[in-house]
Amino acid sequence: MVRCFLIHTVCPISALSAGESRLLYSRTFSPDEAVLTEQHRELSPEERRLLRKEKLAVVARQVHSAVSLTREAAGRVLVEAVPGEEALVLQEADGGVTRLRAGDPFCEEASAVWLAVHSLAFTLVCEPHENLLLAEGSLRSLSRHCLEDLHLLGQGSEVLLKSSRVDVLLSRLLPHGQLLFLNHRFAQSLEKEVAGYMSK
Amino acid sequence: MYSHGSESLIRQAREIQDSELQKFYSRLVKLLQFKEVSHELVDSLHRLYLILFANKYSRTLPSELQQNLVPLLSSPSEQLQVLSSAVLRETLPPCGEEKNIAQLNSHAAALLLSQAGSKDDLSDLCAQIIRSLEIRPSDGPTPSLMHTLPFVNSILTHCPECLTADHVILLSKKLVDWLRYASIMQVGGASSGGFFSGSRSRQPAPIAELDGTVSGDFFTVLCVGQGFTEDQWMNVYSFSMLRHWLLTYRGVSNDSMVVDAANRLQLSLSFSHSLSNDDRSEVDGSVVSMVSATSSSSRLLSPKERLREKAFQYCLRLIEQCDRKALKKTDTDLQKACLVEAVCILDVLCAEDPSLVYRVFPCIKALFGRLSSDLSFARVLLPAAQFYLNHGEMAAVDCESVWKLVFSQFPAELFNDPFLAHDFLRFLRLNLEGLQRAAPHFTRYFPNFLKFLAWDSPATLEDFVDLLPSLVTAGSAVELLHTLLDLPCLSATLVLQLRSTSLPISDSGSRGLLSLDAFRNPTFRGLFLFLLRTEAGSGDTIERLSTLHSLLAESAEWPRVVHCAQTVPVLLHIYFNTVITVADEKLLAHLILAMLERSNLLLNMPTYCKEIHRVFSSQLVRLCKLHPSLVVDQSQELLEFAGTTANVYSKEEVYTHVVWVLGEYLSLSSDSRCSVRLITSCFESLEAVLFEVTSSAPPPGSVCPAPKVITTLMSALAKLASRSHDLIPRVSLFLSKLRNVTKGGSVPWCSDEEDMVAIVTRGEELWSLLKTPGVAQSVLTPPPYVNAPRWHRDANLALPLQLRALTALTHSP
Repeated sequence: MVRCFLIHTVCPISALSAGESRLLYSRTFSPDEAVLTEQHRELSPEERRLLRKEKLAVVARQVHSAVSLTREAAGRVLVEAVPGEEALVLQEADGGVTRLRAGDPFCEEASAVWLAVHSLAFTLVCEPHENLLLAEGSLRSLSRHCLEDLHLLGQGSEVLLKSSRVDVLLSRLLPHGQLLFLNHRFAQSLEKEVAGYMSK
Repeated sequence: MYSHGSESLIRQAREIQDSELQKFYSRLVKLLQFKEVSHELVDSLHRLYLILFANKYSRTLPSELQQNLVPLLSSPSEQLQVLSSAVLRETLPPCGEEKNIAQLNSHAAALLLSQAGSKDDLSDLCAQIIRSLEIRPSDGPTPSLMHTLPFVNSILTHCPECLTADHVILLSKKLVDWLRYASIMQVGGASSGGFFSGSRSRQPAPIAELDGTVSGDFFTVLCVGQGFTEDQWMNVYSFSMLRHWLLTYRGVSNDSMVVDAANRLQLSLSFSHSLSNDDRSEVDGSVVSMVSATSSSSRLLSPKERLREKAFQYCLRLIEQCDRKALKKTDTDLQKACLVEAVCILDVLCAEDPSLVYRVFPCIKALFGRLSSDLSFARVLLPAAQFYLNHGEMAAVDCESVWKLVFSQFPAELFNDPFLAHDFLRFLRLNLEGLQRAAPHFTRYFPNFLKFLAWDSPATLEDFVDLLPSLVTAGSAVELLHTLLDLPCLSATLVLQLRSTSLPISDSGSRGLLSLDAFRNPTFRGLFLFLLRTEAGSGDTIERLSTLHSLLAESAEWPRVVHCAQTVPVLLHIYFNTVITVADEKLLAHLILAMLERSNLLLNMPTYCKEIHRVFSSQLVRLCKLHPSLVVDQSQELLEFAGTTANVYSKEEVYTHVVWVLGEYLSLSSDSRCSVRLITSCFESLEAVLFEVTSSAPPPGSVCPAPKVITTLMSALAKLASRSHDLIPRVSLFLSKLRNVTKGGSVPWCSDEEDMVAIVTRGEELWSLLKTPGVAQSVLTPPPYVNAPRWHRDANLALPLQLRALTALTHSP
């Protein structure tokens, strides 16, 4: 099961300190950790929400750091891409997986599978024993759709103003956080449904 | 991609004024009351979501607005469902309000899941969803089943006790139906025929395999068709959650033994009826293939056991299907993912029912044989290796070839694949105990494992912090130390190796030209081959290390090498923490010598040498503290090091600690072999160095030694003198000379006023101490029991205990 899906920045932002990441979209699939564990029982719902947000920020920061270090080590120089080059941009995207130890930030261990496309990264936080091959494939597919449907290679503001598109995408390709074994026909069928929604 | 526009949107959302916000809310309420899906409504809902999402601190919506949003969850327009679910998820759930949502679509269910306040809420929700699975077509229009299994899986992940035993039985039966007995006909897709195709319906065609051939067995995720029926979709959803289901309910046979027996009885009773509608598994219309034919009779098994049997058949069929060449690349990737999943499921099944091992092993073995020569399937072979590890003993299979492939080949050729690195290190971490039992020689492959670290240290460091202790063995400890110290060189070599294979030999425009030439040069081949070795045991290190370091000099600035160098001190600390538990004195002596030797022989990187020296210093002191006799044992080498004045300038930190160690532990109380002659010769070496250092300026290119070096030397001399009183006059003479020299103003060997004061003060303290040799001896060479006082811990003498005892005695009746 996927714990959450994030879209966040991996470029320096003037309003934030170095290494901080701006979370543009987040969707958590699990119920609140506080409901299930004995921890944090004394917190109010507001505080729990804040805690959830902080945990996601921690994940985004860790992925940001991983992306920066990977790019630095590879000596990669990023060239600005224009709309229309989605397929190319995805092919050259950096991908990786970061181990999130138990307690940092989630109660149990998790793996953050990420795909960094220029200044944005798409991250799936999975359970540690998850089928990472499947997670990787699903993430690529999700990223491609996000890039295309939200026109992320352009201004990129649509991810903030049209977040329902990502919700619908997730409800088909990652329902309740379930990774699906979709061959190209099944995927096509779901994509048609999604496209129908997007065109409204 | 991320622009000022986005940044300002977020700022606006956060800084919206309260009055404006209230106006926005009322406008929105009005729009909602119109009950039509206008563009303005959708836009406003999106903006509301952004306002809520962009804030860390939650906002409460006015209750009127909230009340108007809830009905949208059941709206016929999916857009409104999605938006209302998203908005409500970002707000706090209203207390005490019952959410009665008639039809649980995917978005409403998601909201209820995220806002569940307790496990009871989750149980109720779960029960509601599972009930929808039982609705028969005759009862009215059935809601879409599509999101039910993922939902159940989500609950299963976080709160498995929310499913009752009945639910489990029901779902097991349903899963069996969907996995094994889904329709094998295609739903005709939209006819793309032309004008003349007419309204004749097409004959339903059978489903096909990924390579285009017609399918000859039951439906799986690797079957394609123009369109799909609902049960074929459920087949996909069922398989997607199957492993997790089996993992959750394995070994739960204890309390369900009774249930199982009852089920058997029920099953046998039900067979006396004719075909019932809801148990389609009685109608086996699929074409029988080899897989199904070899399955055991599933007539009298409990639902759980039947599910296991069907899961087994499904996995075998998948493995068979993955042998076909898919026409599309995404399908090839899916095949790999399916292989991993199938092998993992078979592993779980065999763990629960060991009798399956004999049926499964031939299949896994064949798979391994087929894929072992193709490194692109490495990530599939790791679960297979896990299977061998878990069940190889039981099947009495020789696993040597598996370990050879996994430990010897994978790291050497695939070190730069981040996903394989993650999977591989995870495999090692989780199976340390098992490997130590089944393949204890795996520790020999540490040079290979460290390639993952050398290539991508930030991503793999955490794993190595966990793994390194297991790789430290007495037999290979020295080699491991050298390997750790040369990790930056390994990093550089791996970079060169990849560059060498990807760039043509005559390419002269590339960076790193010198080191690349050296890499390709046959004269230096041996050096690089040693670094790239896969197994330990062929020597601790190489003789021409300094040559290697100079060849790789330019790599000191490569980011990958720099990242790697930053991890070495941490690893060294972990190494030493472990090595002291497995090493005897002889080995520790060897390590001390290695440290002294290597303090000179490190890749020349600015902070790297300093950091390593720091580690060496602290570890040297620690080892000597644990085994003081080591100092006397290795006195010759230590004296050689301490007697070389150049070391004061080039390895200041290590030098200081060597001198300290000599001063502290070169005594009779540490080791009975310590003779007066030894003390005297040590004294003379140190004295000579001290004279030299305090009589002239530092050599060109070096800085003045830190005061700590001088004071440590002086203290060491004083300590040695206190053990052999003939030496005291010499020390005293030196110290008084020192005082006189410094009175005359600045000296060439000390630039700072305060440092000078510190040195002189220490000198005076020692001088006055040495005036009374007896006192000096007790202060500077205290007997061991002084440093480890025991009497304070003796409970019998503790005052409070005495008092309590007396009180108890005197106050007892």
